[in-house]
Amino acid sequence: MSSAFAEAFLLIGSFDASLAGIIALSLKVSLSAVLLASAIGLPLGAALAVARFPGRQALIVALNALMGLPPVVVGLVVYLLLSRAGPLGEFGLLFTPRAMVIAQTLLVLPIIAALARQAVEDAWREYEEQLRSLGVAEFDAALTLLWDIRFSLLTAVLAGLGRASAEVGAVMIVGGNIDGVTRVMTTAIALETSKGDLPLALALGMVLIAIVLALNAAATLLKEAAERRYG
Amino acid sequence: MNRRSILPLRLEGVCFGARGRTIIDRVSVELDSGPSTIILGANGAGKSVLMRICHGLLAPTAGTVRWSASQRAGGARRQAMVFQRPVMLRRSALANVGYALAFAGVPTGEREPLALEALESVGLAHLAQRPARVLSGGEQQRLALARAWALHPEVLFLDEPTASLDPGATREIEAVIRAFDAAGTKIVMATHNLGQARRIGDEVLFLHQGRLAERTPVERFFSHPASAEAEAFIRGELPWTLGNGGSR
Amino acid sequence: MDLGKWGFALTLALAATLGSAQESYITVSSTTSTENSGLFKHLLPLFKQKTGIEVRVVAQGTGQALDMGKRGDCDAVFVHHKAAELRLVDEGWFVNRHDVMYNDFVIVGPKSDPAGVGGTKDAVLALVKIRDAKAPFASRGDRSGTHSAELRLWKAAGIDPVAGRGGWYRETGAGMGATLNTASAMNAYALSDRGTWLSFRNRGDLAIQVQGDQRLFNQYGVMLVNPARQAHVKQALGQAFIDWLISPEGQQAIAQYRIGGEPLFFANAGG
Repeated sequence: MSSAFAEAFLLIGSFDASLAGIIALSLKVSLSAVLLASAIGLPLGAALAVARFPGRQALIVALNALMGLPPVVVGLVVYLLLSRAGPLGEFGLLFTPRAMVIAQTLLVLPIIAALARQAVEDAWREYEEQLRSLGVAEFDAALTLLWDIRFSLLTAVLAGLGRASAEVGAVMIVGGNIDGVTRVMTTAIALETSKGDLPLALALGMVLIAIVLALNAAATLLKEAAERRYG
Repeated sequence: MNRRSILPLRLEGVCFGARGRTIIDRVSVELDSGPSTIILGANGAGKSVLMRICHGLLAPTAGTVRWSASQRAGGARRQAMVFQRPVMLRRSALANVGYALAFAGVPTGEREPLALEALESVGLAHLAQRPARVLSGGEQQRLALARAWALHPEVLFLDEPTASLDPGATREIEAVIRAFDAAGTKIVMATHNLGQARRIGDEVLFLHQGRLAERTPVERFFSHPASAEAEAFIRGELPWTLGNGGSR
Repeated sequence: MDLGKWGFALTLALAATLGSAQESYITVSSTTSTENSGLFKHLLPLFKQKTGIEVRVVAQGTGQALDMGKRGDCDAVFVHHKAAELRLVDEGWFVNRHDVMYNDFVIVGPKSDPAGVGGTKDAVLALVKIRDAKAPFASRGDRSGTHSAELRLWKAAGIDPVAGRGGWYRETGAGMGATLNTASAMNAYALSDRGTWLSFRNRGDLAIQVQGDQRLFNQYGVMLVNPARQAHVKQALGQAFIDWLISPEGQQAIAQYRIGGEPLFFANAGG
């Protein structure tokens, strides 16, 4: 096992073009998915936090439960939708990076929405009276709160990014792990493991973890600097 | 801009109860422009709830609250409220005032000059670009006053505005309130600080256990209160009084 | 607000880079064993150089690969289960099927050889011995071409391995590499195609025990998804791929593929 680690370090050192392509695609797919999921999920979560309607509690429970959606199930469902035999087959999206983004967006959306809902609801408790006094209606208040707690929302977004970059089930099924087209870090790791090339799989795994760590560290530093400035 | 005044404000038989408890008990009163009104009472007497009912944040469970004209003229609210703890957005002091102006329907171009004017009126113009949340407690409360003032409301409700502040900041806030009063804004302020009531108020509405026990001009209230409850309150016999000046 | 505009621009930029290329390409479904053998990494660049067509291979088990063709999610199918391929052509799902090449299976097992089958050329006899010794055997259990071949051998031996399920007969439901990983960890026997075995790097204590039996030969075929059933199939490009595979040039490329100096596949499109 330790020899595998040693080999892994050597492999990382001899950085090659196809590895760069795989890393770039992983980042593009996961970042796109998180961006899309945030664009939809943050306002959705905020709206759910401030609105009051019958069935709201049930909806919150369902949303929280969806955070645990198994990636392979999402992959299967999206595959059936995008397959030529399925309802959206005419778009020919299967086995393309776009399909992978769609699947990961669906996977990450509940996480971002549910965490945003919690954060905004906590803030609403502090802000509600004052905002109502100023004549701000609920929907405007939701947007105001989203912007005001933007640094706390970063945690929700990072959670989504973690989920997207770590999963293999969804992107494997809808992407097909095609060499040079839809192969990302996680599917590459799965492939090399199945070929018994454990050192390479380990090397890829270490690169993946390092990248995710770096992204998280950068985001956290940014958040702390901004908090110090804005209070 | 010939608008009818929203005053007088008429409360008739207003009740408020929650979880089986009566918090406001058949309060009927008419508030008109002119004298600044202090709402006095021990903790739990219902001062905060009554203010919120007047301001419109709470609906009475019985009775009516009637302003003499529409509160919203072209979107602008003509009465505003300042709370004990100010809640500021994560933006500059100027932007916080601008935010209130935006929701009052003031067009974009006019917001900044109006906001600056409001900050000047409370002596915060030099902190306009400072993030509001890093200001001191007293500065934030002055900012809250500026934010409420920016729309030139006819009535300003204040719910224990200096309860969380030190004496220096308290003096600054009281100075601002007196200035607004002098400019013609109707002041309605709840406080448990009897000294403050005497400094700022012209008349006192005394609440006891949700009922309006008496309504008296301020100096006579402290020397010759009409009700036994008021007298007991002033003499500090009510055990839960916290104010710093219970005796005369 | 700046953040909103910046975020939108970023999304557009990312979407642009992810857009489908205008270049010509076909999607071919094949098996994990073929992919793992490394054959495509050798062949496809040659094809692209000659025709400019990119071949995108989705590798899965044979059963799934054929299903994918039936669903129309690919343009051509390249697997190794001749009986199933011919049947599906009869049923009208595919057209233009051709033999391309064959390779063989081997039975690998622990060097300690508890069933005593090392060196045998008779695969069926070896399986009987393995069952009698109740030696652990790792099966793919995933409807793949390899799995079907394995089941045919058990049938020829008159054995129903399912009786030993959970005991000495272990089904992984996974691809060839994963199954070999499991066999290596359990010190079990397994049926593997030679290509995957030659490139497999986690052998542990396993080695080839049985090879050379005619019944271990494995025929590969390529066929086009029937354009009459799936209008979107890239008929011209797909046919170009098939034609190249069975052409002397393609056949030579296949024969030239080696792992550790050993040829892996035997081109037999000519019959």
